[in-house]
Amino acid sequence: MAKQLIVDGKAIEVEDGTTLMHACEMAGAVIPRFCYHERLSIAGNCRMCLVEVQGSPKPVASCAMLVNDLPPNKDGSPKVINTTSPLVKKAREGVMEFLLINHPLDCPICDQGGECDLQDQAMAFGMGGSRYHENKRAVEEKYIGPLIKTIMTRCIHCTRCVRYMTEVAGVEELGLIGRGEDAEITTYLERGIMSEMSANAVDLCPVGALTHRPWAFAARPWEMESTETIDAMDAVGSAIRVDTRGGAVMRILPRNNDAVNEEWISDKTRHVADGLKIQRLDQPYIRRNGRLEPASWDEALGLVADKIKAAKPDKTGAVAGDLAAAEEMFALKDLLGHLGVVSLDCRQAGDKLDPKLGRASYVFNSSIEGIEQADAILIVGSNPRLEAPVLNARIRKRWRADPSIKIALIGAKVDLTYPHGYLGAGPETLADIASGKHPFAEALKDAKHPMVIVGQGAYARPDGLAVLSLAARIVVAASSGKDATWNGFNVLHTAAGRVAGLDLGFVPGKGGKDLAGILGGGMELVYLLGADECDLSKLGSAFVVYQGSHGDRGAERADVILPGAAYTEKHATYVNTEGRVQHTMKAAFSPGSAKEDWTIIRALSARADATLSYNTLKELRAAMYRAAPQLAAVDSVETRAVSGLETLAKLSGQTTATPFGSAIGDFYLTNPIARASAVMAGMSALRSSAEQKLTAAE
Amino acid sequence: MLKDRDRIFRNIYGFHSPWLKAAVQRGAWDGTKFFIDKGHDYIIDEMKKSGLRGRGGAGFPTGLKWSFMPKADPRPSYLVINADESEPGSCKDREILRHDPHLLIEGALLASFAMRAHTSYIYVRGEYIREREALQRAIDEAYEAKLIGKNNVHGWDFDLYVHHGAGAYICGEETAMLESLEGKKGQPRLKPPFPANVGLYGAPTTINNVESIAVVGEILRRGGTWFAALGLPNNTGTKLFQISGHVERPCVVEEEMGIPLKDLIDKHCGGIRGGWDNLLAVIPGGSSVRCITAEQAEAVTMDFDALSKLGSGLGTAAVIVMDKSTDIIGAIRRIAYFYKHESCGQCTPCREGTGWMWRVLERMERGQAEKREIDLLLDVTKQVEGHTICALGDAAAWPVQGLIKNFRPVIEARIDDYQAKHTPVAAE
Repeated sequence: MAKQLIVDGKAIEVEDGTTLMHACEMAGAVIPRFCYHERLSIAGNCRMCLVEVQGSPKPVASCAMLVNDLPPNKDGSPKVINTTSPLVKKAREGVMEFLLINHPLDCPICDQGGECDLQDQAMAFGMGGSRYHENKRAVEEKYIGPLIKTIMTRCIHCTRCVRYMTEVAGVEELGLIGRGEDAEITTYLERGIMSEMSANAVDLCPVGALTHRPWAFAARPWEMESTETIDAMDAVGSAIRVDTRGGAVMRILPRNNDAVNEEWISDKTRHVADGLKIQRLDQPYIRRNGRLEPASWDEALGLVADKIKAAKPDKTGAVAGDLAAAEEMFALKDLLGHLGVVSLDCRQAGDKLDPKLGRASYVFNSSIEGIEQADAILIVGSNPRLEAPVLNARIRKRWRADPSIKIALIGAKVDLTYPHGYLGAGPETLADIASGKHPFAEALKDAKHPMVIVGQGAYARPDGLAVLSLAARIVVAASSGKDATWNGFNVLHTAAGRVAGLDLGFVPGKGGKDLAGILGGGMELVYLLGADECDLSKLGSAFVVYQGSHGDRGAERADVILPGAAYTEKHATYVNTEGRVQHTMKAAFSPGSAKEDWTIIRALSARADATLSYNTLKELRAAMYRAAPQLAAVDSVETRAVSGLETLAKLSGQTTATPFGSAIGDFYLTNPIARASAVMAGMSALRSSAEQKLTAAE
Repeated sequence: MLKDRDRIFRNIYGFHSPWLKAAVQRGAWDGTKFFIDKGHDYIIDEMKKSGLRGRGGAGFPTGLKWSFMPKADPRPSYLVINADESEPGSCKDREILRHDPHLLIEGALLASFAMRAHTSYIYVRGEYIREREALQRAIDEAYEAKLIGKNNVHGWDFDLYVHHGAGAYICGEETAMLESLEGKKGQPRLKPPFPANVGLYGAPTTINNVESIAVVGEILRRGGTWFAALGLPNNTGTKLFQISGHVERPCVVEEEMGIPLKDLIDKHCGGIRGGWDNLLAVIPGGSSVRCITAEQAEAVTMDFDALSKLGSGLGTAAVIVMDKSTDIIGAIRRIAYFYKHESCGQCTPCREGTGWMWRVLERMERGQAEKREIDLLLDVTKQVEGHTICALGDAAAWPVQGLIKNFRPVIEARIDDYQAKHTPVAAE
């Protein structure tokens, strides 16, 4: 039902259930606030959003008042709301003054300066000066981990951080202790927060009480240039903003994308920033007498071209890594195709995904937004909390909205931050569900929108295809007679580059070797496109070309290193686990003489006498779209019917009894950039020592 | 003066046994089943007829409050009885808990029945150890005698639980009490939704003061009209008054509503220490209301309307009498400290404002202030009042407003005095 209101003399009509704050905003009024946040529960404690409501003797906190809770006028006329009256102005000034009396005047040394809600609103809604002449309160420092720096004297007790940690991140580790003016936000035991998304609390902090410790005192917000781009730390493809100063990445912040990450990002996504400056490959190298020595582009490309031309096509292979973007994979595949090479693989973890089975067989079909409709979720061989923290937060959001939905896990026992049934460790349990023996099969059948999430731990193993087939069978069985547009089969990738690789068919061609074959020895030349997460020990005497951004495992084994660009330094295409195509933007230049990756391959092609037909990114993309049309549909997810799973479901295969492993060993060290980051190393050490302590205490 | 036959609390002085046998002899549990058989609405109508206004301080009509409870709701309903009597000056509920607990238990059953609740909680103030023990013993007796509990003689399954608080003033605020009962930190909730809609564990809940519930049995036995005939229109019935401070004999006494304050003090307390001429001020309703001057105190009647006309309030009828030996600034400073100490810290104006007010008063008590700061202080109280989630903000602001309204010359004299003694040094 719609309700009529008159806000500042402007008549509007709003739906029941709208807060008064939103109603006022719809009418164009500006309502200041500190504690209110769209994605958190309503606390109503800052009192900054007070407005005057006709007939109410006191001003009303507009964030917490629903329009339908307003008592109706006796004559049935619309309620009159005033947001600019002297009463409101006075109330705001009063609240502002109260907030400031105990807030230190240390803006010049505060990292929040320039993007501080308190500063801005004090300017807009506060009084000119202070009437408070007593001593200000000082609050003792708190230690809440290496990512979040606290200066609690600045805290205005809005409790956004507490609500975020409890509601979104799902760890009840932050709280308000004490009362009155002695109330303090703390972890109580002053232990680091054990969450993969803790740093979002800093973004939510409207003042400088919580700031990012790794970037402390590094830059001012007005000195930095922002570039809106996409994250590549996991396969979610979170929307991020990269802030640079003088070409250096200073910080990474989340952007809003309701379809993917809402406005959260994981701590890895954010604090990997320092890894972009360390261990960089900034010039080509050539191994001479067992040592990697600096070389010019000319020498390096010439050498690689000679070796490629000399190597037999069936003895040449290429592996694309987790961070490889679609452009370079396409160019490399194109180049090697001209040379007759068919031994390609992008499935660096040994995943048994096969693009020939259709796109529905290797992406997250229900979409991340779709999680909010799911009413039964089966997680197989995955720990989404580590593999895709933001996606896990979405499952938690779903559970919070309706705690009666059924969530179950097959695989390693983990804390997912929401309650779930633990069904078993390995494929037998999955087979029981597929055959209908297990009670959870009923739960999926009863569900309107059933979901099965298969993680890399379940399909990156020798019997992976059989496991995927079982999962597909469960989904096909559970979906019969239901909404045809709903596809509950979901593959949760961990690598940003994987789906694009599969879309482009960066897999062995006819007679070609797969990952195990390429790396298993007996090859003459292996081209590693940012491939660092695979076992390189059996390469034998193969000539190894490593193209990538960081000196990591691949570079260590390489005979030639071609320095490429990191994901913040190139215009590139990444496809997230849903199959959503997104473009990164170049926020900074690559260090030294490193180049954007596709241009390296283009240059190489000319020397290898197989010149690729494109000279610009635009031309390359046009060619790429011809080869893989789905990559042209930027930032959208097509509906993929369940029928697309039938080929996969019909596959027969034998599963083993081995329990599902986990895809991620150490959340903070999953890729070369993260391994170069000092912050991530610190977090990793902290986490393992904390886990040891917990085990010891148990 | 209230006639003995109209007294509801016949053992308020603790001269007799509080336990079941004696309580029944005094009339408790008489005809309880008869009223329950008459139905839910009968009881609510009778309460409305009695004109009883909530005894916890706000004075909201009790019968009307009960009628807000949903009549057909799949959720259970709850009655929560507020025995977190923490208002400075207030000490009536403890007398009921100690000496007449069966009136409370009987009232809890009747009120719960009227609101279709099968469960009721009594939230007892943390410091009330003996009171809780007495109450618990009386409840055990009632269970034993099958007066309450499952399959009791009254035919309405009813469980009564005592919850012992931890001694926080704020938990006497009704929604903070619900939070505390649920095991959370006692911080007031935002309203709406009101407890009658979403209360304890998300279910419809009514919160009443101990005294409001304890009088229910007697009102039903003697009829709402009997209660309504006592006292003044719109301020009906009897009420426990608690007089403390500079009177000859401080006491808790049951009296008719609307009794002149002078009568109350002279007849029950033996008068003011040193006579009426020695009276400085009276806080008539517990520490949170504005004080009144001696002149006002001589004429005022003790009821909701007359006191609110003076800008004060009846509150819990905890009369704090201060004679001329009192440093009124110091007294209010102490009250301000209390509210600063008990503020829950949830919302801004109260968290920051209570400390500010106390600190200014701390200086004013010594006279170490500027005269313009009196108006500043008044302005601060206005910024706290009405801007907070719960009524504690108002409660913290009113005593200070009362001080400035009635005793501004005292503050100014103190400041002059201080400045005369402390001539500023030029170098400063």
